[in-house]
Amino acid sequence: MHPNTTKNGAMSVNSKLTRRRFIKGVIFSGAAATTGTGIYLAANAQSGQSSAERLITLNVNGRERRVDVLPTETLANTLRYKLNMTGTKIGCNRGECGACTVLINGVPNYACSVLTQNVKGKEVVSIEGIKDSDGTLHAVQQAFIAENSPQCGFCTPGQVMSAVALLNSNPRPTKLEAAAAMSGNLCRCGAYEHYLNGVMRASGQLA
Amino acid sequence: MSTHIGKDFIPPDVAGKVTGEIKYAEDYKREGMVFARLLTSPMPSGRVVNIDTSEALRMDGVIGVFTADDLPPVAPPGNPALASEYVTYVGQPILAVAAISEEIAESAIDKIRIDFERRDFVVDPIESLSPGGSNAYPEGNVLVRTSEEGPEGAPIVGAEIRDIKWPQSAIDAIKSGSEPVGGEFTTEWAFGDLDAGFAEATHIIEEPFVTIGYAHHSLEARTGMAYWENGKCYFHGSSQSQSANNAGLARMLGIDLADLVFINEATGGGFGSKIGPYPFMAITGNFARVLNRPVQLRITREQEFYIGSARSGMQGWIKVGVKDNGKVTAVDLVIVNDGGATGGGSGNSSAQHVTVAYQPENMRYRGISVYTNTTPRGAQRGPGQNEMASVLAPMTDKIARAIDMDRVAFRKVNVLDSDGFEGGSQGPVTSAFVREALDQGARTFGWDEKLALPKGNGSKVRGIGVGIGYHGAGGRGYDGLLRIAPDGRLFIHSGVGNLGTYSYAGTCRAAAEALQIPWERCEIVHGRSDKHLPHSSGQGGSNTIFTHTRTNWVAAQDAITKLKEIAANDLGGSANDYVIGDERVYQSSDSSIGLTYAQAAQRAMELGGKYSGQEFPDDINPLTQLAVQGLAGSGLIGVAKDNIPGQGQPPGVVVGFCEIEMDKDTGKFEILDYTAIADCGTVVHPKNFDNAMRGGAVWGVGMTALERHVYDPQNGLPANTGLYQNKPPTYLDVNLNTKMGAVNIPDPQNPTGGRGIGEPTQGASAAALASAISDALDGHLFNSTPTTTDMIVNHLAGNTYSTKSLKTNTF
Ligand code: FES
Ligand code: FES
Repeated sequence: MHPNTTKNGAMSVNSKLTRRRFIKGVIFSGAAATTGTGIYLAANAQSGQSSAERLITLNVNGRERRVDVLPTETLANTLRYKLNMTGTKIGCNRGECGACTVLINGVPNYACSVLTQNVKGKEVVSIEGIKDSDGTLHAVQQAFIAENSPQCGFCTPGQVMSAVALLNSNPRPTKLEAAAAMSGNLCRCGAYEHYLNGVMRASGQLA
Repeated sequence: MSTHIGKDFIPPDVAGKVTGEIKYAEDYKREGMVFARLLTSPMPSGRVVNIDTSEALRMDGVIGVFTADDLPPVAPPGNPALASEYVTYVGQPILAVAAISEEIAESAIDKIRIDFERRDFVVDPIESLSPGGSNAYPEGNVLVRTSEEGPEGAPIVGAEIRDIKWPQSAIDAIKSGSEPVGGEFTTEWAFGDLDAGFAEATHIIEEPFVTIGYAHHSLEARTGMAYWENGKCYFHGSSQSQSANNAGLARMLGIDLADLVFINEATGGGFGSKIGPYPFMAITGNFARVLNRPVQLRITREQEFYIGSARSGMQGWIKVGVKDNGKVTAVDLVIVNDGGATGGGSGNSSAQHVTVAYQPENMRYRGISVYTNTTPRGAQRGPGQNEMASVLAPMTDKIARAIDMDRVAFRKVNVLDSDGFEGGSQGPVTSAFVREALDQGARTFGWDEKLALPKGNGSKVRGIGVGIGYHGAGGRGYDGLLRIAPDGRLFIHSGVGNLGTYSYAGTCRAAAEALQIPWERCEIVHGRSDKHLPHSSGQGGSNTIFTHTRTNWVAAQDAITKLKEIAANDLGGSANDYVIGDERVYQSSDSSIGLTYAQAAQRAMELGGKYSGQEFPDDINPLTQLAVQGLAGSGLIGVAKDNIPGQGQPPGVVVGFCEIEMDKDTGKFEILDYTAIADCGTVVHPKNFDNAMRGGAVWGVGMTALERHVYDPQNGLPANTGLYQNKPPTYLDVNLNTKMGAVNIPDPQNPTGGRGIGEPTQGASAAALASAISDALDGHLFNSTPTTTDMIVNHLAGNTYSTKSLKTNTF
């Protein structure tokens, strides 16, 4: 029933995969590198860059940012530790929870499972980037406040991003459609109904 | 009339949560910060023979290694932060490596060589109790307490490890679902006359049961960051509590209370696993001191499974006697707890649940908690009570059916009321209105109407169930502290942690209510101990609403007394001639004679002494004394210890009603309806009450249907360390149109009428779902929590899934 079953089906096989082994696995399968330096070589092979090209330009929240990015670095880590955007949370670092959800070209993605080198030339939007320029909160954020949606709040930025993506593509979803769309975002506190009420409110469907 | 209590408001941290601006421990960075990672045990049981870190230490960027030798020794049965000689579970931390980047720290861990000697391990308590069974520790297999158990979540002190084996006959007996005669127990109590009680009974059931523990998996792993400045330790920790950490953490770091600044603005969940300081905090703080650099110790998701604690499991047997009128006459209960690597179980709390559900006249409880080489166990949302609720509900249904009584009516006959008792000591409660909750719930849910509906036909069947969740819900004797500033605003200082329940904020409303001051004129001061926070309870055991509405109330009363004294001093008459209202203190006979709160606060500063905190009551905690000293001279200080008279346990009770539709071909079910009604006194903050109720409902689904530890009995390895395999409920597993309500009858021992509710929300949901599953299958008892799809489908296929083996592992 878990939404990640297919997306990361391979991961369920080995319960002891660490993040590093996971990244290795992903890249090895992509580039078939087999040497000890495989991570590095494979990453370069994938992105077609030399090590001198570690300094890359990212488009984050509508701004161009020059960042020194390791070939193995995930977008979640770049956002949190290089760009000081700690709103993107790491709940599992292995594609199981959705706390790290960001939009890449408008599509929700797990930032812990995306290599930063692969988002060059794409538009990344994180939780820090959805307010209006005058600071007005996004309708989803306002609705989540009104519905007291978060409990501990650790999953909340991810829930917000998934809800924003949903409403961009489907401005008046039913509650079930919303649940399906957001089912890649775990909430250990179990605030699901409150998030859905927030989505209904943000889409103008709450009486 | 209440202006704050029972009214909705927006807690101040909600905005920061939806913008991502609020900071958790892991969000802090500090100049010069290094990254520490743990090396953990790859085996369930062994001895560390040799550690060779030389190659790792030669690596560029590696700053240092920290081992058990750098910490004071912890004798078993303590849970050491780092293993010294023996490792007792997979994932047990052995050492930490610090480096200038996480990648280097991780690579360095790969370069460390440890020689282990393997030891026999055990992952099933009954196996360990069997003649010749392995022991999880060299010293033995059972935790025996030598002094009274502390509050939930408290570290185990005053205990020893013993080697206890049962005769084979007792093992065979419990495995075959009968009384394990001859088995030794470490906890026993009884009241009434058990034999007479069973003699009186017209119906008796005897059932074995098993519940499997599972990880808390708070979404925020317990990453911490610490640094030292001028002899003070600044600690960014992930904890359910705030002030309740200070004394223990200061002790771990070997410093005075005044030299610890504990910072914990927000916490990504705890559910019992982060109530007080946990051992691993000692690594972060002491490593930072040794290195003289800020240290972030990152805990990964997998490590959070290992060290983040888990619910204890149970293997047990129960015998219940009942009269034709439905009254339970006698209960005999045996529980063997799976205590994991820390040995503690919650059998006594499970027995307590039975006392609340049945109020038996005669009862005996016998328990023993056995170490296994599995993760440490600790308090998890309604520890003991909730898993007992889940297995007891279908059994309760079976008894009710045996005497041809409605299942709700049966519960009404037996359940706790205001004159009732809880636990083996049969202690009183402050008030209880569970019958009212059952009536209200049955009406809202439409119990009678749903009973009358056809069960279904073909491959789909319906089931309806009812369940009760209980937990003690309140403490006494903590301190309240507030300040009226010279501008007249009210600063309510709270040592309550921000674990996601918003109780830190809800409880502050009691002070605003007492002082009749608008909420916009109030500010909650919390989140770091150098903001002068009082001694508060730990945020565990559903206590906070009861405990801290009281402390804030008494602090407000102290402030009111001082306001009146200052007014009388300045304007004549006696303090009794004055009343408060509209942010003023004035003469009751002439409201024009008075002072504004702002004026009174300014006068308090001039008068000094007790009025502005230079003097304070001598019964307040040392932590509160420090806090008052920090605030002295800055306004009118209200400070007091909660000495409100009264006795008895404030109960938190929820009743749940569940309707499912089960697919007989697949064993899967959908929850069509879930209704829950709380008996938690006055609802202090309605919106947040809904959050607590719904969150608990989700947790109940996890407990009864989905979540469990799976250990491979052959190799002692955990098979489901991740979120995905552990399977906490998602959006798609739960009902999304639940109905929540409350009896809303004030508790007489709380000035706001409130009691807590966090934990029983899960128990009610778990029990109602278990009851509904059993109902869908014509009353079949699985006697197992969780009841997973494979068990259901095996039952439907006519394959006997035997719970009687009481296996804790279904690998
Ligand atoms: S942190 Fe990315 S999915 Fe969990
Ligand atoms: S609000 Fe805590 S995990 Fe969702």
